Amino acid sequence: MPLLWILILVLAIATVGYFAARTRAMATAGGDSRILHSLPNYYGMNAVLSALVPSLAVLALWLIVQPMYLQSHVAGMIPDHVIAEGSSRDLIMSDVRRIASGLNIAVEQGAMSANEASGLRSELTNVRERLAEVGVALGSDVQPEVLAAAQEYRSIAKSGSFFMLIVVLALAVLGAVYAWKRSHKDFRARNIVEKAVLGLLIAAASIAILTTLGIVMSMLMETMNFFSQYEATSFFFGIKWAPDFRGDSALGILPLLWGTLYISLIALLVAVPVGLFAAIYMSEYAGPKLRAVAKPLIEILAGIPTIVYGLFALLTVGPLLRDYFAKPTGLGESADSVLTAGLVMGIMLIPFVSSLSDDIINAVPQSMRDGSLGLGATKSETIRQVIVPAALPGIVGAVLLATSRAIGETMIVVMGAGAAAAQLDKGLAEAINPLEAMTTVTTRIVSQLTGDTDFAAPETLVAFALGLTLFVITLGLNVLALYIVRKYREQYE
Amino acid sequence: MSNHTSLYTVSDNVRRRNAVEKRFRFYGLTAIAIGIVALIVLLSSVLSNGSGAFQQTYVTLSVHLPADKLDKQGNRDPEEMKSVSTFGYSPLIRDAVVARADELGWVMPEGMKPKDMGALISKEAAAQLRNFVLANPEVVGTTIEIEMLANGRVDGYMKGRVDREFALLDSNIDVEQLDLVDLLIEGGNLEKRFNWAFLTSPDASGQRPEAAGLGVAILGSAYMMLVVLFLALPIGVAASIYLEEFAPTNKWTDLIEVNISNLAAVPSIVFGILGLAIFINFAGLPQSAPIVGGLVLTLMTLPTIIIATRASLKSVPPSIRDAALGVGASKMQAVFHHVLPLAAPGILTGTIIGLAQALGETAPLLLIGMVAFVKEYPSMPPEGFFDPASALPVQVFNWTQRADAGFVERASGAIIVLLVFLIIMNAVAVLLRRRFERRW
Repeated sequence: MPLLWILILVLAIATVGYFAARTRAMATAGGDSRILHSLPNYYGMNAVLSALVPSLAVLALWLIVQPMYLQSHVAGMIPDHVIAEGSSRDLIMSDVRRIASGLNIAVEQGAMSANEASGLRSELTNVRERLAEVGVALGSDVQPEVLAAAQEYRSIAKSGSFFMLIVVLALAVLGAVYAWKRSHKDFRARNIVEKAVLGLLIAAASIAILTTLGIVMSMLMETMNFFSQYEATSFFFGIKWAPDFRGDSALGILPLLWGTLYISLIALLVAVPVGLFAAIYMSEYAGPKLRAVAKPLIEILAGIPTIVYGLFALLTVGPLLRDYFAKPTGLGESADSVLTAGLVMGIMLIPFVSSLSDDIINAVPQSMRDGSLGLGATKSETIRQVIVPAALPGIVGAVLLATSRAIGETMIVVMGAGAAAAQLDKGLAEAINPLEAMTTVTTRIVSQLTGDTDFAAPETLVAFALGLTLFVITLGLNVLALYIVRKYREQYE
Repeated sequence: MSNHTSLYTVSDNVRRRNAVEKRFRFYGLTAIAIGIVALIVLLSSVLSNGSGAFQQTYVTLSVHLPADKLDKQGNRDPEEMKSVSTFGYSPLIRDAVVARADELGWVMPEGMKPKDMGALISKEAAAQLRNFVLANPEVVGTTIEIEMLANGRVDGYMKGRVDREFALLDSNIDVEQLDLVDLLIEGGNLEKRFNWAFLTSPDASGQRPEAAGLGVAILGSAYMMLVVLFLALPIGVAASIYLEEFAPTNKWTDLIEVNISNLAAVPSIVFGILGLAIFINFAGLPQSAPIVGGLVLTLMTLPTIIIATRASLKSVPPSIRDAALGVGASKMQAVFHHVLPLAAPGILTGTIIGLAQALGETAPLLLIGMVAFVKEYPSMPPEGFFDPASALPVQVFNWTQRADAGFVERASGAIIVLLVFLIIMNAVAVLLRRRFERRW
């Protein structure tokens, strides 16, 4: 039975419970809602919550646990000698799942009776042929152990789903009946319902923590896996990046980090002066009319998706730089370059720097401006000698946040920076040439994890180590920036 | 002069300081100008590259459909006629081009073969013709007027992207073929008009950019937005209500707060890794499915919605809460019956802006397999959430990775579609804010 039907049934039980509990409560009060402890709807809500919460929790848990149990139980059924050279238990398991779902399809289409499917023997029938008839293609002939495992898989999955249905519906009915029984005029329904709602609110708020935990755990596990196959010191201090799926790869992070930092540096060289001056002009000089036009226009830049910037780098900026800069000066040949990615990323960061600095400059107390102007300083002198120094910690915080953005940016560098890693072993000139293509941490994560991936190979797993490094760096920058900004705010509040 | 200064004469020092002042102002104005110019250049480059995608060249020809080739049994049964593949149809199209060229007085130049003439029509046209014949079996044996897609290069020629100079260098089209195109234009067989198929048809393979469309991508994005809306809005609002109205100040609350502000700044690609590791590898959800994309984008959108919701809850004055509590409402009732409805416009605005962000997000979707080539439309929700689909921004990326120049135009066109969606969403958000915003 599909999940949707279980959900609809549980909801139906809850609805029935709602009206039944409400009616019962009203009946105990003789139809006068003033005698009830809580408003009548709360009795209904109590029934709904006691029907839904336990049954849905069990449903979710079941859906997570059953495949895990199936996996480990069935995988244990496959003896070692079945696993061929160059294959692995995981590959056999995916065969098992495929055969099991093939048998399901065959039964569904009527090509096989249910008894036949569970009694099938690979010695007697050509399973591969039978399944091909219903449109399930198998890579190889089916071994008896694998077929037995698939049949076991099917039978457990089937009885598991059946028990799940029973348990979930029973819980829903029990919950509704229990709530109905308790619906009495003196029952404190509102307090119970409100406590449950508060619990749901807390659960929702905790999702943020779960997400962070999920991020860290998922990357940590695979990173550990990676370091068991590839030495950590060669990863962190290797100056060569040359992955090779046939093995013997050089997976040093330094060339990628250098590419990332170099592009970020160029981006900041564009974004910080432009953003800062724009913010200063907008908050100190501009009249309301200019402000009303310029501020939203610049903020539009922040709302444009990064894929658009990526396309801009690929189609416009890259070819322009190549034809008018790189080729005439002989510094590079490709449209993908550090400068392309850096410039476009700089444009992307302008509104980020400007709106953050704008807030910070506006937070500098007016009395400081008045004091400086009163002493005879010009406006620009006031800004340079009073306002900017006062706002400096905040501005540093803004720049750090922008840096973390730049380091984590993906699409612009994927489309504008190229795929070749910086060649740190070829000398300084090669490494700092801004018109050379240079790849970054984020670009490599994308390329190692898209397409056909083998989660046992270090060339794939390295992406998780890269991701974790990226996460730690950006997290550090963010925490530092938030700390600085908060300290700064406190200074004037 | 320099020793005794008068208020009426401007001293060197003041002149210098004023010059500095002027320069400083100029820098500021330049910075703003740079920002605005960058915006204009960015948008106009996308617009000029992509506007071509909304026009498409069609060729109308009379195609003869011989019964002995398409329906050998002669009983017009579509099931039997299916045995003729598209390879059986492409010669018919080629013959139609040759016949029309003869009618118009075309002298075949040396070295040109009928095959080259047939190449002016898209490779997709044979499938188009086959579908038409299978749907209307009675046309077999007659000659029909049918409109077909022109080849991508011919389309480019009509839009000015391809010219004779370009054709000399390009192995896919030559100058003689362009002469024939000119002749067909004169004969009234070529027509360029608005390209609805771009918005509705699915992606096409690498050699036929003229047939590629955004249908699957738009549907996939819409499915993901539905998932995000139904998950992120309730969870985000519930979390904000707790943090703003109920949470005691303790370590746990602090931890949640720090987590939310950090999640807002985590690079989007990291969420992609999370999706790949947890939703696909651990939970076993299918790759390329809108449900996985929706879940990942939900986690990314949550901080935006939470921050917006908390701001709008905070802006409801405490007097409202006090009044509700004063007439005997419980705290929960005060929040849900009074504060929340008053904060609703702000919450809605924040949600729409969060959705707009999620719509344009690309990087995490690359990791969960949304780059795959998908030609089938996903079915209706809820099953459709688990079918493979593409997404608008990913489709753009996908097209930029293909060799044929026709796809560049398509990619920019897709960006325009994406931007139009974003503008609509943001405009709705601004309107909502204008209409319902309340100052206390």
